[in-house]
Amino acid sequence: MAKMKYPEQIVANIPFCPGCGHGIIVRLMVECVNELGYSDKIVMHQAVGCCSLVGLGLDWEMLVGAHGGGGANATGLKRMLKDTALVIAYQGDGDAYNIGLAETLNAAYRNENITVIAVNNTNFGMTGGQMSWTTLPGQRTTTSVDGRDSKTSGMPIKVPELIANSFDTAYVARGTVTSPAEIRKTKGFIKQGLQNQIDGKGHSLIEILSPCPTNWHSNPITDSLDRIEKELIPFYYPIGELKVKGE
Amino acid sequence: MGDMVKGNVAMGEAAIRAGMHMYAGYPITPSTEIMEYLSWRAPQEDRVFIQAESEMAAMKMVYGAAATGARVLTASSGLGISCKQEGVSYMNMAQYPGVMINVVRYGDGLGSLMSGQTDYLREVKGAGNGDARMIVLSPSSVQEAYDLVYEAFDISQKYKSLVMILTEGGLGQMMEECEYSEMKTVPFASWGYTGDRSKDEYRPMGMGADVYAHALEMAAKRVTIKEEMQRWESGFLDDAEYVMLGYGLPGRAIKSYVKARRAEGEKIGYIRPISLWPFPEKAFKGINPGVKGFISVETSDDGGMVEDVALYGKKYGSGFEKVPVYGLFCPPGIPTLRFIGEKFEDIKSGKMKEVF
Ligand SMILES: Cc1ncc(C[n+]2csc(CCOP(=O)(O)OP(=O)(O)O)c2C)c(N)n1
Ligand code: SF4
Ligand SMILES: [Mg+2]
Repeated sequence: MAKMKYPEQIVANIPFCPGCGHGIIVRLMVECVNELGYSDKIVMHQAVGCCSLVGLGLDWEMLVGAHGGGGANATGLKRMLKDTALVIAYQGDGDAYNIGLAETLNAAYRNENITVIAVNNTNFGMTGGQMSWTTLPGQRTTTSVDGRDSKTSGMPIKVPELIANSFDTAYVARGTVTSPAEIRKTKGFIKQGLQNQIDGKGHSLIEILSPCPTNWHSNPITDSLDRIEKELIPFYYPIGELKVKGE
Repeated sequence: MGDMVKGNVAMGEAAIRAGMHMYAGYPITPSTEIMEYLSWRAPQEDRVFIQAESEMAAMKMVYGAAATGARVLTASSGLGISCKQEGVSYMNMAQYPGVMINVVRYGDGLGSLMSGQTDYLREVKGAGNGDARMIVLSPSSVQEAYDLVYEAFDISQKYKSLVMILTEGGLGQMMEECEYSEMKTVPFASWGYTGDRSKDEYRPMGMGADVYAHALEMAAKRVTIKEEMQRWESGFLDDAEYVMLGYGLPGRAIKSYVKARRAEGEKIGYIRPISLWPFPEKAFKGINPGVKGFISVETSDDGGMVEDVALYGKKYGSGFEKVPVYGLFCPPGIPTLRFIGEKFEDIKSGKMKEVF
């Protein structure tokens, strides 16, 4: 059997659950950085959440980020490193859009020259599947056991749209990892976000719709990907480029 | 002879001259002039100044910048420092150097705009979650505030520890003569992140995989700091019947008071702690064994330092454990010599009871 080839920066198995989207996303980030020639010039803000598992297997310099602090942590890193290295803020939806909403929006507001990768799996994965601001109405989580009641807890938040429509940033896109074709497109978004940083264009946010089979209590391959394609994309989170500065 | 400078401005200039690379903060009285000054002074010297959206964010920016080996500073007052606690704790975990300034305003919650020393317990006894401490230094003049900030960056790098300059609204706002020292140009520390994972001096992130080893390292570091970093000023201790202790502006007030009373023959001495953590317990070694009382003079509801005076004071000398510890607590502001004198009479006459 042919051996799977990994980028050399992935030095150990990163223990995401089977069928989790995080693993694909990590690989895409590494491939993009390598292809852009920045493999020895990359610092990642590693958010609290399942993102933090990346420290167990990715051989990059990584800041142990404060929960939700990505926008601010990455600002500090990038303002010091300037154009000598790329800075990625790798965050979950709960991290970037709940606790970190202020830091996320303010970094975009300032048009910080950073690349934010926000993994939207519609819940707090790491802590066992609580409701996040991206949880769909009616979605059962451990803190919305009868399904999310939007009358008291709000409607799913769309931070990419908010930033695209409100702030003077470089780039906003939403992708997913449901098929090889979508993975390729998402890789293109990530690469564009990093290229913008290299070109000094400013803030790029790429949200990625990602399955969390463990907390969705669904089959990792079929049901989870189906949910993204049939529920998330058509009704709440359209994919594609939302903003390209200058266009 | 230096020029007349405001305390907050002197501290801002000290940071620049000490080679500070980056400042992030959020305005709050009575510390705001530090950031106002740095907002134009830092870019002038090619340093980074960021007005953050909040104190929480400011501290996290400082944390991110510190990871690159940069010299970082943030300043605030009272509740603003409360907001920074999570970031403070991350700095401790990673053992990143950094300097913080708290220009204290009196009180809990929103507090007041008056000068105070009400943040002693938070700054001296802890530093966010976890067991960490910050090295806490407290000046009693504008010149000393300048000197301590100037030195704080080196101290913080030496011990891989945050250094907190704990000062008061009164000092931040006051103008005095101050002499500036030479401008230092300092490179980023060699262990800082550059983005190149393969370089020799790679700095492990967080606590590392071995939490037990991390705990031992942190504990050992604090023993060293306790031994090496105690600082104080004292006088007239060897025959003193009463010893007054005060830091910051009250420290300056007791020094004047004690000198004046000594001239009249009153057997009284003083200790002005400059380091609050580590507390200068060594200062107690020369005190008259027959001392009748220790008096902690503080601008506070019911004292913070008084607990350390009791804890460390009673540890030294023969029979010090029975020496009463009094609290001479002054409401917002700076204690006047008359106020100190009246309360001192109450202590001697037995009207005021000891705290410990
Ligand atoms: C200040 C703070 N509060 C709470 C937590 C606990 N916590 C860890 S991860 C997490 C949620 C993460 O969810 P998300 O960002 O969506 O990431 P996911 O695991 O879903 O990828 C929480 C609440 C923490 N680490 N720090
Ligand atoms: S809990 Fe969810 S997000 Fe976290 S590793 Fe498992 S599947 Fe992935
Ligand atoms: Mg999530």
